[in-house]
Amino acid sequence: MYEFKYHRPGTVRQAANLLVKNEDAKVIAGGHTLIPVMKQRLASPPHLVDLSHIEGLNTIEMKGRSLAIGATAKHAEVATSAIVGEAIPALADLASQIGDPAVRHRGTIGGSLANNDPTADYPAAVLALGATIVTNKRRLKAEEYFQGLFSTALEADEIITKVMFPLPKKAAYIKFRNQASRYALVGVFVARRPSDVRVAVTGAGSNGVFRVEAFEEALKKRFSSKVLDGIEVPAEGLNSDIHGSAEYRAHLIGVLTRRALDAANAKE
Amino acid sequence: MAKISLIVNGNPVTGNVDPRTLLVQFLRENLRLTGTHVGCDTSQCGACVVHLDGKAVKSCTTLAVMADGHEVKTIEGLAADGAPLHPMQEAFREHHGLQCGFCTPGMIMTAIDIVHRKGHELDDHTIREELEGNLCRCTGYQNIVASIAAGAKAMAKSDLA
Repeated sequence: MYEFKYHRPGTVRQAANLLVKNEDAKVIAGGHTLIPVMKQRLASPPHLVDLSHIEGLNTIEMKGRSLAIGATAKHAEVATSAIVGEAIPALADLASQIGDPAVRHRGTIGGSLANNDPTADYPAAVLALGATIVTNKRRLKAEEYFQGLFSTALEADEIITKVMFPLPKKAAYIKFRNQASRYALVGVFVARRPSDVRVAVTGAGSNGVFRVEAFEEALKKRFSSKVLDGIEVPAEGLNSDIHGSAEYRAHLIGVLTRRALDAANAKE
Repeated sequence: MAKISLIVNGNPVTGNVDPRTLLVQFLRENLRLTGTHVGCDTSQCGACVVHLDGKAVKSCTTLAVMADGHEVKTIEGLAADGAPLHPMQEAFREHHGLQCGFCTPGMIMTAIDIVHRKGHELDDHTIREELEGNLCRCTGYQNIVASIAAGAKAMAKSDLA
């Protein structure tokens, strides 16, 4: 790891000022992506701005008809929160499947979304549920927030403060893990929202998280795995590597979407 | 350099560290608490697990400066020198839960964290799922799982948390 200067601001405003003042500064919270990347010298930020001591930034609460999760809420906190379990159990379930128990004690929802790893779990939930990313500057819709591999709409001095999830009628997340790394080879989040149905896929896309519109269209009529018969997911645009070909991932998307639909429907 | 002060195994400690110092380096090299191990150094194997504010974390993926003002417990903090072992340590000894012993400190710190979260009656499936982030290359896990189940029960009758 290369040298850096460490800052521990007490407020989001102070943190943003530090980002403005120090070019190439990086934000850290749980550090469970950034520290490994810095150890490999793939990143060498000259300044680290630690958000983990900003009070209230990890609050989980209902705000009107949305579930608001603070940026520094840890995966374990989301997984075990009674508020999340009541409002969107599929989201608590997703958080309980990230990494391992020790990782879940450190990693944060804001960190996962800011990094936008193509195999991360949270992006699928944010896109399928139509969540809003709230920053110190503005509110971003999920569709405009994700911009490809490790790429988001966040500006250099922009900090995620919370994520607002509108409540779905039904939802479920199913992932198929890479047997070695345990990351999602493919993960599918399905959500039946008051106005539409969304199917978001992580792990498979060569450009990050994406929606399967052909499935969504069919599911609008009936939220059941039966209506997907005969609809194929094209392998085009999917990842192909030693862990699985694009065709294999395309097949998995169909299988996991059906399982997620069955799981969502079984929850009643 | 950054000045840090934290509680380690119940004792206040201070240090003057380069901010890039990992918590595990600080524990091993500055404090000479070498019971916490570095295995994979990539947050996968769990040999470096310690408790930070009572929760199991991987100290190879935590900066020492991030622990400033917090409380850390390592394997050395489980039982005093010369005193009886912590019930989870005793269970690993009794049930032969180790062979080379390299992963053991992390296994035991994770095991105690599992008990804190899941209680004293643990079935094998729960233990195996919860051990996802701790790797052992010797035992095949069978006796580790048996040790944790027994240690969890024994902890219910012990004053040592």
